[in-house]
Amino acid sequence: MSPDKNTYRAGPDNEGRFGKFGGRFVAETLMPLILDLEEAYRASKNDPDFKAEFDDLLAEFVGRPSPLYYAERLTEYLGGAKIYFKREELNHTGAHKINNCIGQILLARRMGKSRIIAETGAGQHGVATATVCARFGMKCVIYMGAKDIERQKPNVFRMKLLGADVIPVTCGSQSLKDAMNEAMRDWVANVTDTFYIIGTAAGPHPYPELVRDFQSVIGVESREQILAKEGRLPDSLVACVGGGSNAIGLFHPFLDDDIDMYGIEAAGHGLNTGKHAASLAGGKPGVLHGNRTYLLMDDDGQIEEAHSISAGLDYPGIGPEHSWLHEMKRVKYVPITDQEALEAFQVCSQYEGIIPALESAHAIAYVLKLAPTLPKDHLMVMNLSGRGDKDIFTVAKALGTKI
Amino acid sequence: MAVSRIDQKFAQLKKQGCCALVTFTTAGDPDYDTALNILKALPAAGADIIELGMPFSDPMADGPAIQASSIRALKGGMTSRKILQMVAEFRQTDAKTPIILMGYYNPIYIYGVDKFLEDALKAGVDGLIIVDLPPEEDNELAIPAKAARMGCIHLATPTTDSARLTTILKNASGFLYYVSIAGITGTQEPDIDAVKKAIDMIRGQTDLPIAVGFGIKTPENARAFADFSDAVVVGSAIVNIITDNIDQEGLANPALEARVLDFVKMLKAGVHKAKRSKGEE
Repeated sequence: MSPDKNTYRAGPDNEGRFGKFGGRFVAETLMPLILDLEEAYRASKNDPDFKAEFDDLLAEFVGRPSPLYYAERLTEYLGGAKIYFKREELNHTGAHKINNCIGQILLARRMGKSRIIAETGAGQHGVATATVCARFGMKCVIYMGAKDIERQKPNVFRMKLLGADVIPVTCGSQSLKDAMNEAMRDWVANVTDTFYIIGTAAGPHPYPELVRDFQSVIGVESREQILAKEGRLPDSLVACVGGGSNAIGLFHPFLDDDIDMYGIEAAGHGLNTGKHAASLAGGKPGVLHGNRTYLLMDDDGQIEEAHSISAGLDYPGIGPEHSWLHEMKRVKYVPITDQEALEAFQVCSQYEGIIPALESAHAIAYVLKLAPTLPKDHLMVMNLSGRGDKDIFTVAKALGTKI
Repeated sequence: MAVSRIDQKFAQLKKQGCCALVTFTTAGDPDYDTALNILKALPAAGADIIELGMPFSDPMADGPAIQASSIRALKGGMTSRKILQMVAEFRQTDAKTPIILMGYYNPIYIYGVDKFLEDALKAGVDGLIIVDLPPEEDNELAIPAKAARMGCIHLATPTTDSARLTTILKNASGFLYYVSIAGITGTQEPDIDAVKKAIDMIRGQTDLPIAVGFGIKTPENARAFADFSDAVVVGSAIVNIITDNIDQEGLANPALEARVLDFVKMLKAGVHKAKRSKGEE
């Protein structure tokens, strides 16, 4: 696959590669399942009934389409580009994560699986997974780092209310990467009845592809909406990137258009402190969790702990398609620190009446930097990927406020 | 071409009508010197083939025992270079016992595949088992390893059917490692009848020796599997003895080495009791 074919949208190839990134680096025990999943996904892609059921659930259960909202006060305040928010935070369960979970649980049902497992960091993917499991009457087990359970208590309780078992992961850094390790271990031991709903556009092929496709509803809707409102395509897109599913969902339908794209990585305390989660800015290509992609690691190839104030971005890797888009220079990836995200969190709350997720606040922070440098006729779309209710305790603590 | 140590060992055991005992320990667990002492003493205690674990920060296919041993080794400063140094030191005292490195791909990828193969062969490594490289990724390591005459041991599992086995065997060399459970290391008990059936199927498709591992914990277990396989692998049960013989700071208790080696002797005695006739295959 190469952009010589005049498209950035053809990947992955038959080996699950985006350039050199991606692949299927999993234990042999899982390979037959991965191949079955690929087959089931190909069949569903060509099946109008699958698409109809997916679209119906997105409309009736998730509440799509999500609005493309003109952020008027923020635009005036910044005095530059005209800013639109894609309001993914208005989805059922409060983030973009549910789009993918609907798609994957429909696949799981087609494959005759009865038990769902998932990893979660901030708990948004865990809540979305527990939600679709409740909706379809499936058993649900969520792996979550013990450290994340501590900092995301409201989401832990939500998952339990929805009937999921939340299993604390106490090994390693006790955050998202370790939750993913533990989910993989569960999967290897329960191959016959279990479907693994991966929460981001990463992992072994075909996950990066299918998660991207399910999330592409974000970009497809945005395209129609901006054409209806402005009569033309946007000039730039901005989205935060942890694994990168909300970003790839927004970007992918626009990759072949003349539009600037910015993926915002979490720079934690700063790139030079070693305490960050910016795998493109501070990592190098390696192999983990089933794919080759940019990872944070030491000189010996041991994976390092990530750091971000946002649990959802606190992962030492990134989806393989982003690694490829980075190397192709199609998307510009920019780091934003905890501090900048915290400021943006407050600006968005106070100027737009929307409390954003800390993940999305990273994208807003870059909008605050970029928009004032651009002319007033520049159209910018930012993915407001999640709402911030889950983060108010973390933010209060960071601001030194007792609640 | 010279016959590899792995091939020589299996040929010799076949002549004697014996099943091989394969031991697994993690390089650098609980520390470099203790691990090297154990390594050097393993052949005399009964290990026919030695698997040496390359510790990795994210051992996705391993249960709690080997996860903990990997963390201990990494905390003690283990690196790919030191693992190869350990093998080279072992080779000064033992020229015959095959050594297989078992681990995950990223440390090798970061070391550089060609450089790693060259340095590992020089150190005296005979084969590699990389658990996150299925045959779909043979281009990464298995094919370069084959060209460099490094054994590349492939895994078959309870999810492997006959068609899949053909794919697995394509670039397999040394022996075939049958993972006896669908699961991670050192957890469930394997179902002996199911394993036997799977091995019969595999024998119909390859002449490679077949090792059975994951979940074999006792001399009795080892003996039962030795009845019908060419090698039995014991890992977590050995690693657990190390875990039980270190203090809170991770320092080895003076009896640790002897306890590990005594257990290996018992495993070997178990394997020896297997009902096998000479040159039966």
